[in-house]
This record gives sequence, structure tokens and C-alpha cells, in this order.
Amino acid sequence: MPLSAYLVLAALVFAIGLFGVLTRRNAVGILLGIELMLNAVNINLVAFARFRADLAGLIFTLFTIAITVAEVAVGLAIVIVIFRVRRTIEADHLDLLRG
Amino acid sequence: MTEILGFWVAAVVLVVASLAVVLTPNLFHAVLWLAAALVATGGVFLLLDSPFLFAVQLLLYAGGVVTIVVFAIMLTERLVGESIRQTNRFVFNGAVLAAAVFAGIVSFLVEAGPAVRPAATGDQLRDLGRALVGPFAAPLQLVGVLLVVALLGALYFARTED
Repeated sequence: MPLSAYLVLAALVFAIGLFGVLTRRNAVGILLGIELMLNAVNINLVAFARFRADLAGLIFTLFTIAITVAEVAVGLAIVIVIFRVRRTIEADHLDLLRG
Repeated sequence: MTEILGFWVAAVVLVVASLAVVLTPNLFHAVLWLAAALVATGGVFLLLDSPFLFAVQLLLYAGGVVTIVVFAIMLTERLVGESIRQTNRFVFNGAVLAAAVFAGIVSFLVEAGPAVRPAATGDQLRDLGRALVGPFAAPLQLVGVLLVVALLGALYFARTED
């Protein structure tokens, strides 16, 4: 398959993840959408690494995976703390910082 | 031939699972679909001659992340099983914006010329290991620091008030 096939697939998954981030009410659902978007970026990095025969893309993918895992851990910890305090994790109700 | 077939299988599974992640009303089912999408992404990595990343993807994403998210849902979701509305009022706007982003990226892609796929190099894993302790040694150390900080941060959030 040509490089563009992988890139179009990644763009599609990125757009789907963006839709999820924009439309989910639940904070955990928003995190799932972010996971999809980061996943699409990883496909892009690996595809470019393979087609340009450059190892840096694979290294970047390893780093993004590690950072994503840390992000999920801290993000879900924040979600659980918010649930403890507010008894809800619906993003529409979390407007404490609204001016 | 097998690459084309494998690509289409992985692509269809990935897109269907991704759509299910954002559209399923039940959040728990969405996580299971996310696991399917992550495994399909690992399949795409395999097609791109990166079996090591496939293993990392399965271990960290499909294993670790999905488990953590399932725990978070069990801790926070009081209405499991009930049919509560899971989408906000921006469904139409969100769809339009996502479609616009997709069209924008694809319009860039059609301008680019075709790229030829070079022949697979020998021992990718050895090169990867050498690069991680060679030119990328400092970022690797920083990732270690980041993981420790994330661990401490999660512990800080999870502490009880006493």
C-alpha cells in the first residue's frame, strides 16, 4: 500500500477521535477520544519512519506511547478526584473556572 | 498481496472500532471498542514491519491503558446500564468540525507526490536499541523522570485526607 493510504487512515481515525472529544459529555469518554487521536499520530509516525527508512519515527512513537500512558494515569486520577469532590464527571457541569 | 489484504482488514476494523468508541452510549462498551481499535493499530504497525512496536502497543495500550480506564469507569460511573444521554448538544458542530479537519489533512495529502517504500532493513530491533542508548539517551532518561513524576502525581491525587 502507498504511504498516502496509511496517512488517510490515520487522518480518519484522528477526525473520529476529535469528534469524540467534542461531543462526549463524560470526562472519561473525552479521554478515550484523546487516546484515539494520539493513536492516529502514532500510525503517521511509524508510516513515515518505514517509508523514509528513518529510525527516528519509531523512537518518537515509543516516547509518545510512554507519555500517553503517563497522561492517562494522571488524567484518570484527576477525573476520580473531581468525582470525589463534585459527585459528577460530566464535562458540562464542571464549570468551576468559568468567569 | 498479503499486505494489501491485511491493510484493508486492519483499516476496516480500526475505523469501525473508532466509530464505535465515540458513538456507543455505554461507556464500558466504548472502552472495549477502544481495545479493539488499539489492537488494530498494532496490526497496522505489523504491516509497517515494526513487530516491536506491535508488542509495545499490546502491552502498554491494549493491556495497561484499557485496564486503568475500566477501573476509572467502575469507580466513577454510578449509572452503569442505564440509558443516559452520552453526547452533548454539539453533535452536529462536532461532526462538521471533524469532517473539516479530515478534509483539510487529505487536501494536503493529495498535493504530496507518491513515496516509494524502501526495502526492509535487517535487524530493526538492534538499531532501535542502539539509537535509544546512543543519540536518544537523554530523552530516554527524561521519559524515566516523567514516569516517576506521573506516578507521584497519581499518588498525590489518590491520597486520603487524614
